[in-house]
Amino acid sequence: MALMTTQELSYSEAAVLAIRREMEADRRVVVLGEDVGRGGIFGQYKGLQQAFGADRVIDTPISEAAIMGAGVGMALAGLKPVVEMRVVDFALCGMDELVNQAAKNRFMFGGQGRVPLVARMPGGIWDASAAQHSQSLEAWFAHLPGVVVVSPSTPQDNYSLLRAALQCGDPVVYIEHKTLWGVRGEVDDGMAVPLGKARRVREGNALTVVSWSRQVQACAEACDALAAEGIAVDLIDLRTLWPWDRDAVLDSCARTGRLLVVHEAVQVAGFGAEIAASAAEATGCRVARLGAPRIPVGYAPVLEAQSRVGAEAIAAAARRLLG
Amino acid sequence: MGSSISPSGAGQALYRTMVRIRAFENAAEAASQGGVSAYGQQAAGSAKVRGPLHLSTGQEAVPAGVCAHLRASDYLTSTHRGHGHTLAKGADLARMMCELFGKATGFNGGKGGSMHIADFSVGMLGANGVVAAGLPIAVGAAHAQKILRKKDDITVCFFGDGAINRGPFLEALNWARVYDLPVLFVCEDNRWSATTASGPMTAGEGASVRAASMDIAATQVDGNDVFAVHETAAGLVAEVRGGGGPRLLHALTYRVKGHVSVDLAAYRDPAELAAALETDPIARARGALLAQGLTAATLDGIENAARDEVDAALAAADAAPWPEPGDAFTDVQTTGAGQWH
Repeated sequence: MALMTTQELSYSEAAVLAIRREMEADRRVVVLGEDVGRGGIFGQYKGLQQAFGADRVIDTPISEAAIMGAGVGMALAGLKPVVEMRVVDFALCGMDELVNQAAKNRFMFGGQGRVPLVARMPGGIWDASAAQHSQSLEAWFAHLPGVVVVSPSTPQDNYSLLRAALQCGDPVVYIEHKTLWGVRGEVDDGMAVPLGKARRVREGNALTVVSWSRQVQACAEACDALAAEGIAVDLIDLRTLWPWDRDAVLDSCARTGRLLVVHEAVQVAGFGAEIAASAAEATGCRVARLGAPRIPVGYAPVLEAQSRVGAEAIAAAARRLLG
Repeated sequence: MGSSISPSGAGQALYRTMVRIRAFENAAEAASQGGVSAYGQQAAGSAKVRGPLHLSTGQEAVPAGVCAHLRASDYLTSTHRGHGHTLAKGADLARMMCELFGKATGFNGGKGGSMHIADFSVGMLGANGVVAAGLPIAVGAAHAQKILRKKDDITVCFFGDGAINRGPFLEALNWARVYDLPVLFVCEDNRWSATTASGPMTAGEGASVRAASMDIAATQVDGNDVFAVHETAAGLVAEVRGGGGPRLLHALTYRVKGHVSVDLAAYRDPAELAAALETDPIARARGALLAQGLTAATLDGIENAARDEVDAALAAADAAPWPEPGDAFTDVQTTGAGQWH
């Protein structure tokens, strides 16, 4: 094991380092997916095939059902596969294998087997990529018994949570953001982040804002604008959607009495509704949600913009909640 | 008929496997009547085996002939019609019946039932409620065997003629050939896809030709001739074990029962069924073994033993406890196992 160090890495470099560490520590960890040998389309596997060989970093055909299904078979046979889906939109071609097979296996067969796979499926709006490359589907997976759902927003979290995902022993839906790959930050390679633990991004008592993935950035911008108006926001990055950090969110809501949940996904039946309802039930706080309208993401800039939830809209929603 | 079968040894073992499967299927069928609302029938609630029950009656020669060549360390994936595969792979018959009854002593603790029958301890990685779903799982298991260099263990993947019209069939066969995996695909061609004849729904000539188009050697066999299946599978298993890459066995058989046990298959031409019954694999094997000098008493003894074993299994399943309500919440997941949040 390498000495612990802190270094500045991009979100994608942090992921590579996490997988490298896990592959060094455990020979059962393998990677399979399209283009992984060339480092993946986002550089999120860069150098791994050179380091560990084509038997453990496996280039595959464009066969999402077989990639996910083979991952299930590999896991049952003793491996710990990282299953690359390229983007969440393509993971839909492997849904039976994820939903009916990976997620159900342990329960359905009475605990005879386990499926310790990590399915990486980057989500969110990918600039100018239109409806089939821009979805945020995390609520689908949070709704699915049998899986863990992770959505990291920083290089440190991507490093630490990917390692935690590979160690957890259950199927993990791991949703990085398609446009966070180049974001840089300090990464302490000795830092462990447990699944299910939120991160406090800003501290305040006026209201609680909960978000995840790229929207944490937009929320932080909104918080800065609100701070200039004397409004101190408690901003929580959920990091893991299932299990979500109920204690952190409810403690904050009990203190502030107001909750705004912000996500990039369509607002209708989004995971924000689950958090808002839980917070209202448990603390009686006022709640509001802010997500995308229920439309496919359009191509032209003006159309695409209709699906984006920006800092101004977040600040406005916060002011409405305080009003 | 294969010349390598001696009446006193392997022939009797194959016969025993087939009659154990038949006895199991017959008992499960009887216990399932009124167990599901479908095909014009209403569930009465009194059936011991509830829900959809897919019987492999008449298809016994395929799992018997193939699995005779397998070890517990070989993997097997199956279909919704998987009782025969599971028994032939070596699973305990009584624990299988307990699972069909939904009892705590079943292989899955009552969580799966017939459609998810499995015994991982003998390498049987599960029946599956989704057509063709076992194919990608099988190539993954075989891929792991290759990566982990597990001696010369192999994976066998059973699927039906209906499965070849689903995408995962193509993806899995391509995968197996691309990585030269130790997997034997076995298409149990029973000619029916639920209540639709497979022929008119299938372009081209079926599993063998599709496999050959992907450079996977395919062999067709009379799937109701257990000795032919046994001999053909012997060669294919040896080739796969020897590192020769994937192979496909296309076994031609017939689904004697309806899609599920309460489906009377009235949509089917009675002449088609009558012709199929003329080729019943157990009757044919019995005739062949008698011709080879085995006595009727010996074969009757094998059949009686199978029926006794199944009767004991029914009694055990009947007496076994139900799962506890709390078992519904175990083995979901370790991280995030909360029921409500």
